[in-house]
Amino acid sequence: MFEPTYNATFPVLSVLIFSPLLAAAIALAFRDERLLRWWTLGFTVAAALFSLPLYGRFDASTAAFQFVEDRSWIPALEVRYTLGLDGISLLLVLLTTLIMPLCVLASWRYIRTRVKEFMVCLLVMETAMIGVFCALDFVLFFIFWEAMLIPMALLIGIWGGPRRVYAAVKFFIYTMSGSILLLVAIIALYLQVGSFSIPAMMGREYAPGFQCWVFVAFFISFAIKVPMLPFHTWLPAAHVEAPTAGSVLLASVLLKMGTYGFLRFCLPITPQAVHVFMPYVLALSVAAIVYGGLTALAQSDLKKLVAYSSVAHMGFATLGIFALNRPGIEGAILQMINHGITTGALFIAVGIIYERLHTRELDQAAGLGPRMPIFATFLVVFGLSSLAFPGTNSFIGEFLVLSGGFMVSKVMVVCAVPGVVLAAAYMLRMLQRVVYGGTRNPPHAGVTDLNWREVLTLAPLVVFVFWIGLHPQPFTRVLHASVERLVEQTAVANASELTWHD
Amino acid sequence: MIKASLLAFLPELTLLSGALALFLVSLGDQLVRRARQVALITALATLVACLFSLGQEAVLFDGAYRVDAFSQFLKLIFGLGLVLLVLLSGELPDIRPEVKPEYFLFLTLSVSGLTLLVSCVDLLTLVIALQLSSFPLYLLVPMRREGTARRAQMESAIKYLMLGIAANGIMLFGMSYLFGLTGTTRLPELFARLAPQMDSPVAIAALALTLAGIFYKLAVFPFHFWTPDVYQGASNETASLIASLPKVGAVAVLVRLVSLAAPEQESVALLLAILAVVSMFYGNLIALAQDDLKRLLGFSGIAHAGYALIGFVTLEQAGFTAALYYIVAYLFMVVACFVVICQVSTDGVNLGFGDLAGLHRRAPLLAVTLGVGIFALAGLPPFAGFIGKLALLKAALAKGYLVLVILAVVNTAIAAYYYLGVIREAFFREPGDRPLIAVGLPVRVLCLVLLAANLGLGILPGRVLESISTSLAGVSGLDQPALVSAAPARQSAGAAAPPGPP
Repeated sequence: MFEPTYNATFPVLSVLIFSPLLAAAIALAFRDERLLRWWTLGFTVAAALFSLPLYGRFDASTAAFQFVEDRSWIPALEVRYTLGLDGISLLLVLLTTLIMPLCVLASWRYIRTRVKEFMVCLLVMETAMIGVFCALDFVLFFIFWEAMLIPMALLIGIWGGPRRVYAAVKFFIYTMSGSILLLVAIIALYLQVGSFSIPAMMGREYAPGFQCWVFVAFFISFAIKVPMLPFHTWLPAAHVEAPTAGSVLLASVLLKMGTYGFLRFCLPITPQAVHVFMPYVLALSVAAIVYGGLTALAQSDLKKLVAYSSVAHMGFATLGIFALNRPGIEGAILQMINHGITTGALFIAVGIIYERLHTRELDQAAGLGPRMPIFATFLVVFGLSSLAFPGTNSFIGEFLVLSGGFMVSKVMVVCAVPGVVLAAAYMLRMLQRVVYGGTRNPPHAGVTDLNWREVLTLAPLVVFVFWIGLHPQPFTRVLHASVERLVEQTAVANASELTWHD
Repeated sequence: MIKASLLAFLPELTLLSGALALFLVSLGDQLVRRARQVALITALATLVACLFSLGQEAVLFDGAYRVDAFSQFLKLIFGLGLVLLVLLSGELPDIRPEVKPEYFLFLTLSVSGLTLLVSCVDLLTLVIALQLSSFPLYLLVPMRREGTARRAQMESAIKYLMLGIAANGIMLFGMSYLFGLTGTTRLPELFARLAPQMDSPVAIAALALTLAGIFYKLAVFPFHFWTPDVYQGASNETASLIASLPKVGAVAVLVRLVSLAAPEQESVALLLAILAVVSMFYGNLIALAQDDLKRLLGFSGIAHAGYALIGFVTLEQAGFTAALYYIVAYLFMVVACFVVICQVSTDGVNLGFGDLAGLHRRAPLLAVTLGVGIFALAGLPPFAGFIGKLALLKAALAKGYLVLVILAVVNTAIAAYYYLGVIREAFFREPGDRPLIAVGLPVRVLCLVLLAANLGLGILPGRVLESISTSLAGVSGLDQPALVSAAPARQSAGAAAPPGPP
């Protein structure tokens, strides 16, 4: 189950993971802030270009892990340094490397104090984020997973808004306490399997009771990260207070780690427990879709609006994952990528408004359209993408998720449909206000349209919105084999008595 | 033969001659700088001597003193610790001027007591070494300067002394039972003879009472009462010493005693488990309510002693290795925190949370050192504390102590809150009108060494874990070969040990 199909000697993933750390170390030596920004931008662009060949060299016909590196690391604890990619993680790695330069660009003017420390934090984040998606040793995964907390908390706590201390502490405590049981589950699995290797843990027959406990430990940890409905309260605070780059990273990459955890660990390691808990998770997902939509509808702060829309969008992702069939899971992965692109773009857009108006209030931002036509165009594209307008990326994702969900439970899907309508409601309301406004808009004197840097920040994301929306084949192509195997691993012999009846 | 044993005893000799030199210096014209130089030279020479004698194996002093891989590893740690502490002490701003040279004398003497302690394999030498390491500490506490309304050091000194002597008395009482049951003071023989009687309540009581003296040094729950008060009352430099090296010594002695006793005894494990759990909860819960940083570290120290005890609950080598690794890592973590406290504190006053505000602007290097130290204490990867925690939990779970492990991780979540409080002040708050802090070269070096140690033990723990593990194999495999080699020596030392079993 664990044979590398790509036998290059070049440790491409290690280089990808640790070069940002090196870049951060070099950045410490810079004195000139301008130079520092250019250095970080240049490096992140280089890393993104460097990661592109991964897609080309990826063999989509197999579900095996590729680009595998496997070395002894801590023999005394039997921890190994194992990296690898499959179809599920490949797109997420590419998403991470793509988002990074945009984060640097979005912080170009926004971050004025302690630029060096900010850039170092961003680069350390890049190392940890790529590491999470590439790690195939569970301890290595956990190390990257937890190491991410520190730079992220610093990003929120130092460069954030007025309530940044509260938000940073809440984010940290929430996510850290979520992952403590994960560590226990990892050790418990190790004692059953005899190694920390993630592929070795998959597809084994564990006792059902054991599976349930491990699933619960996994679930709490990942559900907080997603965040799923009862665990979502850290998200609006963190999003609202974080600087633009922090919000983008949170939305585009960090939230994906929760759903990635479900896909990588819950489904293949504890399939029976997944079937037991599936109805509850589906119910929570649907609740998140409706709740997120309703709450977003009531927001007057643009960032909060986007943050709650995240809760709803991630609800679609978990709905797809726990449908446990191919369209559902592929749709969920696409939805993860789409959410990364669209919501990341929306946060950048809100950041652009904030830089000009120094407020994120919807009323204050009303009627920007005439003053900022280019911006308005971008905003409408991303807004439509967010409400899953046909032809945009999210439509494909949500369609697949709903069709996957339909095979499992019609009731659930019918309950989720109001969420789709709500998305249209809150997004169109936001677009209408920002682009046209009412009869008594604020004057917005002196507000300028996007400069080339901001256009450059948003333009790549527009490309992806339509690319995935009109021609998703290149993206779903790499998923098929891995998802196929995942569905097989998750299938349980006596599933019929466990699954949801409507 | 003489040469070999001299080399084996070289670190102790270096330390003792250094102490003698310091005694001569302290008789002279009270120049603190000279005393500091002598202490630093002694410390560095000890470190070199430890490196030289690293591979030595010898049985000295008629079998009462054993130089093996285990003791030499710990002596190396003590040598390194002494260097760190001398660097940390600086010019001793908060010690009464007339006793400043004596401070270094007692510091060196206490560490020499610890180096003797880890080699002791006889109850009598054990007691003497323990006293030699403790008494200088009793004297260091009241050396703090007096001021108006600043006589807390006297109270703490009395408390430390009284409780220390009481713990000693309990330990001696227990030892008298051990001797009474077995008729020898030599540990390998003693435990060999005790083994058949381990079922009797007397034997368990004797062992428990003997361990009490060690628990006092380690600040485990019922013997912890001195900790916060002494930390608070002693000067910052003294508290750094008390918080760090003696705990390593205590764990080392515990390893020797418990691994020799090797009681496959449910009751001993249960006793240790209860002490561990109570220490963790007590330390962490009360630390939540502290304002004084040293008191906070005091209570967190109690909790960490509880974590270390988890390794002993397993009663097997993997657990002992983990405990020893953890406490060595703890040394570097806690010293990292104390360096910052010593530097930030102007005029030697105790620090509250507020005094750390904006440290990342006032002294970035100190802030990073504190951050790494605190995150390591919180058990976050990639720092030393995480690997220690992982090793401990893994060892405990392998023996099936699931509840203990879950309680331990719950405690790490509780602890995260107050550790994050420190981070919040140092990184997220603005400095206001607090002054910048100038950091001298020795402190810079010290900070870099501590950062390297905390990161190194977290990322590349393999070598250290293995050397601890192999050196421990020598300790627990001691009984047979040691008995043979010690047997002729025993006859000549017959007068020292009172004859005959009861």
